[in-house]
Amino acid sequence: MLMNPTVRKAPALADVVISVKNVSHAYAQGAVKTLNDVSLDIGRGEMVCLIGPSGCGKSTLLNIIGGLVAPSTGEVLVDGKAINGPSPKSIGFVFQENTLFPWSTIVENVVTALEFQGVPKAERLGRAQAALDNVGLADFRNSYPHQLSGGMKQRASLARALALETDVILMDEPFAALDEQTRTYLGEELSYLLADTKKTIVMVTHSLGEAVFLSDRVVVMTARPAAIKSIIEVDYPHPRDPDFMMSPHFSELRNEIYALLRDEIRQTVGGLVGRAAGRDRSKGDRPVRVVE
Amino acid sequence: MTGIRLGLSSRLIQLTTVLALLFLWYLATTNRWVNPVILPRLDLVWRDLVALVGTGAVYQHLAVTAFELAVAFAIAAVLGLAVGFWVGTSRYASLAFEPLIAGIYAVPLIIFLPLFILFFGLGVQSKIAFGASYAFFPIALNTIGGISQVDQRYLTLARSMKASQWLIFRRVLLPGALPVIVTGLRVGCITGFLSIIGGEMLAGLQGLGSQISRLSEAMNSSQMFAYIVFVIALALVLNFVLSAIENRFKPVGEVA
Repeated sequence: MLMNPTVRKAPALADVVISVKNVSHAYAQGAVKTLNDVSLDIGRGEMVCLIGPSGCGKSTLLNIIGGLVAPSTGEVLVDGKAINGPSPKSIGFVFQENTLFPWSTIVENVVTALEFQGVPKAERLGRAQAALDNVGLADFRNSYPHQLSGGMKQRASLARALALETDVILMDEPFAALDEQTRTYLGEELSYLLADTKKTIVMVTHSLGEAVFLSDRVVVMTARPAAIKSIIEVDYPHPRDPDFMMSPHFSELRNEIYALLRDEIRQTVGGLVGRAAGRDRSKGDRPVRVVE
Repeated sequence: MTGIRLGLSSRLIQLTTVLALLFLWYLATTNRWVNPVILPRLDLVWRDLVALVGTGAVYQHLAVTAFELAVAFAIAAVLGLAVGFWVGTSRYASLAFEPLIAGIYAVPLIIFLPLFILFFGLGVQSKIAFGASYAFFPIALNTIGGISQVDQRYLTLARSMKASQWLIFRRVLLPGALPVIVTGLRVGCITGFLSIIGGEMLAGLQGLGSQISRLSEAMNSSQMFAYIVFVIALALVLNFVLSAIENRFKPVGEVA
């Protein structure tokens, strides 16, 4: 079927920005394990998608990288420094829909984020407006969120994260609440925007197509407790266009990821079926490249 | 179109109902179906109301009641907001105190009116204390409720940017809770007004409520009704103004 994808000499691992080291997470006094010994290095300028069955713990991993959740064991280093809480100087977040304050205009929302981050007052408005210009929302800066479409709201959220000028942006299913057409279009736009910047992006998604379209590497996770099942390289230059989406290579990668996920989804959806004892989750069925 | 027509027709029904009741009152008194000492003739009530407003006799009592309400509301607002924010922003305080505050709110505080009179006397102080205790609870409870219904995602977002406690309060909790808090302030002001009128009626020397009970005891029912109509008009105006203010604070995009 599929050959091992060519390993791109990504600027990636020459310069590691995020280093996840043996991170495990559990809650309810360890009764519920969500992450099982996850290790992952992410290089500067890389776009990495985390994909896995719903509820597997991929959002938890993202929140641990961002310092919103503490790991039970293991640690995360960003630029060589251990993460002990939110680090707004180096890490920005884009969440799912509806994190724009409804009582503020779009530009006020971005300005408030800069105020939270500790940016001096004199710089806030200029940076906010520049960020909105950058995502094409200059004409909507004085609109309220409820006056914008779902897609525009997410672009505004992206502008808010870009205005923070962090090296790393973490995205938690940013397009999940949008319809497929809008999300595909925004994906294209994101690829376009990110081609220029040197941002390092980690995105949680449950869309196979989105993961392949946007990522330099797709991290496929197992059912809960999540471990890395496999890492798939996507060797195609940014900005990516619909041609890529229609290429056989795209379909192959998408199918490969789905094949890897099928067992995991069956476990999640089908309850007890296939939950064989002693199964080693740390090794994927077909590890393409697992970064230690 | 249908919305406007529905609104108009419901207004018409309201007006007709009030006019029908007044007409029934008119018939009942002019035909002497009821004792005029209990229910005075409408024209006499109108005459007394005009005299009351015209001579300014009502204003000294209005001034007393308005002063009591203003002071009581100010006290209740300061304490209610302070307690509401403290309880609303602390998980332990909300576990401990929210049921307590809601429980006391369910008690008819009027049973403690004799205590208020003993502590504060028959003058304005006891009405202020009584009105403030009535107004406090809806303000405190709505403040707690308003804070608790602020979307957790906004707080997570603020936390991800390491916003200070003050900025989280100023930029997230306060604007997020404001519509509900303003409702609490309106309800507090109205209940404060009702309880002050009630307190004055039961034990008071001055104020609109005390006039009503004094005139009732003197069996001067047409003047008593003139005061009642005045208080009703006052309550309607107060409610109208407060609702208009409240509407200005409705969440963006939800203003009808």
